[in-house]
Amino acid sequence: MTFTIFSRALHWLMAALILTMLFIGIAMVSSLADYHQLVSIHRPLGALILLLAAVRLINRLFNPPPPLPEGMPLVLRLAAHGSHWVLYGLMFALPLVGWAMLSAAGDPIVLFGGWHLPHIVPHDVMLYATLRQVHTVLAFTLFAVILAHLGAALMHALVFRDGVFASMTVRRR
Amino acid sequence: MLAMAGIGAVVLGAATAFAWAGGLFSHRLTQTRIINTFEAVNGVHPGFRRNHTKGVCLAGTFQASGDAAAISDAVVFKPGTVPVFGRFALAGGMPRTPDTPSTVRSMALNFTTSNGEVWRTGMNDIPVLPVKDVQGFYDQVSTAKPGPNGKPDPAAFPAFLKKHPEAVQAIAIIKATPFSKGFADDRYESLNAFLFVDAAGKKTPVRWAMVPVEPFQPALKTAPSDQNFLFTDLERRLAKGPVQWHLIVTIGAPGDPTNDASKMWPKDRVKIDAGVLTVSALTAEEDGNCRDINFDPMMLPHGIQPSDDPLLSARSAAYSVSFRRRAGEPKSPSAVQPPARQGA
Repeated sequence: MTFTIFSRALHWLMAALILTMLFIGIAMVSSLADYHQLVSIHRPLGALILLLAAVRLINRLFNPPPPLPEGMPLVLRLAAHGSHWVLYGLMFALPLVGWAMLSAAGDPIVLFGGWHLPHIVPHDVMLYATLRQVHTVLAFTLFAVILAHLGAALMHALVFRDGVFASMTVRRR
Repeated sequence: MLAMAGIGAVVLGAATAFAWAGGLFSHRLTQTRIINTFEAVNGVHPGFRRNHTKGVCLAGTFQASGDAAAISDAVVFKPGTVPVFGRFALAGGMPRTPDTPSTVRSMALNFTTSNGEVWRTGMNDIPVLPVKDVQGFYDQVSTAKPGPNGKPDPAAFPAFLKKHPEAVQAIAIIKATPFSKGFADDRYESLNAFLFVDAAGKKTPVRWAMVPVEPFQPALKTAPSDQNFLFTDLERRLAKGPVQWHLIVTIGAPGDPTNDASKMWPKDRVKIDAGVLTVSALTAEEDGNCRDINFDPMMLPHGIQPSDDPLLSARSAAYSVSFRRRAGEPKSPSAVQPPARQGA
């Protein structure tokens, strides 16, 4: 049993985009010379990830993932399901908090050229300060969960050899 | 076992790369270090900007002549009027510093056009910046940093000039330019270069300035006893009626530096009168429209783009740290408290 080709394509596309996004995010907040360039990529990329997260959630409802291997201990099953829902939650939460944060700052939310997003919360700098902090905490959480997800995937591929890793990569014969 | 070690190495490697991207293993100049230096020089004044700290909010309108629309597709330059708010301020990081005739003054503006686009610009009343890059800016601010005895090192400024020869020339130009008497007869320069982009995508290097309609008056020789005399003067002037500036756009010729705000462009460059700014009201920061705004010079509408000036990205980065810090702090009233007037 594997994920559909569309599901796999979405997974790997988003994996690349989200990792790029996290690295841009952390590089951006320490950079001077590249700050503006990185912010200019960070914003539209965040909007794209939010859009793709919605596509992915809908796709998941129509194409449920293959079941986990029989005989997998309950603890690992719970960890697998739990971490996947945390990943989904963060894929939505991070861009939405980013969007709300810029709205609370009263900043224009420019994507490309004159294309911009509307504000989703009122202008309130105290709210901005909180959301800005939440954005950072969520970003570190997402990176940590991705590392756990990566470690678990490699465990399935190299140690358990139970077909879970292959279900998201190439179709096995 | 080997597999487990390999997996551990991959995960640890990814975490290390992330920490490296965040600057954990380097001592490079960061936006945080710049703002920390401002705080070291001026102290921390919760809720206030870390630079250009003493100020007042302004409100008014911009009426575009339409003349700049030939070189920029920005909606703000099409004939018509847009609401403007902004801020007059003094350079420096102290919220209650007394006004002096020769403190650098600034005007920051926010234009919001009917299609919801925003243009923010922060301008100063000096013809050039003393430095051309971020290191220069950092080194300049650092010269005022108190040493172990609580005072700045007297050798720091000469050392700064030696390290940044462009500053010697720039400071001479700044010193040769007379200060005006107040905010109303003052000229405010974009300093950094930008690119105007027309409908066909053609880019034109520009600098802009708010040039006063009020006739120039020389600055006072000595500061009056009123600690806020510059702001008080502006309030008195505005009580008589609105104050106006022309937005003059200077077009850079080939060879004019766009990446060096410490250099003047020749005086004979083509200029466009893009329209008239009318400032009609002042309000204290805490009841105004400007305190909780980041006048990031990189918040540009479609039709205006940043140039290759390295200070632009650095200003944007430093402003974001200043904004983030003061946003979450408790706020206290500004030193400048214009009397509330009808229509303000």
